[in-house]
Amino acid sequence: MTTRPFRIFRGASGAGALREYATEVSEGMVVLDAVHQIQAESAGDLAVRWNCKAGKCGSCSAEVNGVPRLLCMTRLEDLPADRPVTIEPMRAFPHVRDLVTDVSWNYEVKRQITPFTPRPPDAPDGTWRMQQSDVDRVQEFRKCIECFLCQDTCHVLRDHRLHEAFVGPRFLVHAAALEMHPLDVADRTADLRKAHGIGYCNITKCCTTVCPEGIRITDNAIIPLKERVVDALWDPVAGLARLVRRRT
Amino acid sequence: MTHAHLPVVRPFRTSRPDAWWLQPLAVFLVLGGFIVYATWAALQNAHYTFGPYLSPLYSPEIFGSSPHALLGPKPAWWPGWLPFSPAILILWAPGGFRVTCYYYRGAYYKAFWADPPACAVGEPRTSYRGEQSLPLVLQNIHRYFLLLAVIVIGVLLLDSWNSFRFTDASGATSFGIGVGSLVITLNAVCLAGYTFGCHSFRHVAGGMLDRLAGHLVRKAAYDCASCLNRAHGRWAWASLLTVAGSDLYVRLCSMGVLTDWRIL
Repeated sequence: MTTRPFRIFRGASGAGALREYATEVSEGMVVLDAVHQIQAESAGDLAVRWNCKAGKCGSCSAEVNGVPRLLCMTRLEDLPADRPVTIEPMRAFPHVRDLVTDVSWNYEVKRQITPFTPRPPDAPDGTWRMQQSDVDRVQEFRKCIECFLCQDTCHVLRDHRLHEAFVGPRFLVHAAALEMHPLDVADRTADLRKAHGIGYCNITKCCTTVCPEGIRITDNAIIPLKERVVDALWDPVAGLARLVRRRT
Repeated sequence: MTHAHLPVVRPFRTSRPDAWWLQPLAVFLVLGGFIVYATWAALQNAHYTFGPYLSPLYSPEIFGSSPHALLGPKPAWWPGWLPFSPAILILWAPGGFRVTCYYYRGAYYKAFWADPPACAVGEPRTSYRGEQSLPLVLQNIHRYFLLLAVIVIGVLLLDSWNSFRFTDASGATSFGIGVGSLVITLNAVCLAGYTFGCHSFRHVAGGMLDRLAGHLVRKAAYDCASCLNRAHGRWAWASLLTVAGSDLYVRLCSMGVLTDWRIL
């Protein structure tokens, strides 16, 4: 057992400062374990949101040493031992208290995206037929646990605060899961361009880097959607091809 | 109850203790170095061929003074006040392909414009339009540059084939392998890996379809493009270095600084 120093953000509604703590740590401990230990030993009123402690509920999102991470999946032994571990709340969302932020904006955004719109059933019993290989591509997006770390690291939301104009990587993944689904027939390209602001993404891939589920957000969701938007709204040759197809 | 955000992090400030600046700095130096070298080399109009080898910066040589020129020497209509080089006629196409490439965009927005400097590092500007409006919305032209890049790949593969065909003093042509043949071929392979792993190519190959199961050829093309796409960044850097390396090799051989060793 060794004692490690921590710096944890304390305060409410955007105001506050880093406060120093120390606690004994042992092999295999994650940051959330240390936060709970500090809570028990010296900061009983420290607010932290958590639930499953298994990297599946997405509740304990915060910033560890400046990087958006799940507290329950960040091992202390993976962090530099020669300096304090800094733990701060996510910066892209309104701050409630200590490490807790208000992520309700995300749920409002999700409601704005055209929901799953399947084609009429393929069989008289009301069922559909589709190939597994066609569903594989969108199943990657279903791994999302909605931890919103991708939203937190996205500079469009984090630094430019363009929450009104840009839905963020999480909801571009959600839109991709619907738009690429073999049964879905809704067209979201105009919304993606205007209401969802896909053009604000400048492909820094920070969202992909922090995703705890390893979803290739930029390569497999955002860029394919950008390409579909170009097909529908920008590419004159693709527009001409559509026109010819419609005429014939 | 409404809550306030934490203040925006100040420019270039972060709680990250790692050397976050290292990657953008490396991108700035390598990409900047390549741009300077390629511009210099393209304006030389000399030492771009050696035997069967043709520098990729000058290929295809549409007009020029070497035996590789497709349509003969510099045309008479070329304005006298404008410096001529075969590279000027073609470099805009692969250059445009790289400038508008999704991978490079992400890399140079960080390294050259600090937009952002690195992930979770404060930005030096307050306004932001991204690629939502002019001028950066023009990056969507990438798919047209892809078309040109595919044509260039065909030409480079032909150059690679020609680099194994050596002409002796009597004018007879025979098969041979020089170190330059391998350099030219490696460059063509790296450029093909980069081009066919391009996000736009992946889209055209099959990504635009929701149902690929019935399209065997497009499914295979999409799977291949997806496989290459997983390492698109690595192909991008490898091909950048092989383009500069191939030009340098041909240039040094042509200047007599290097000897092109024949393996066969």
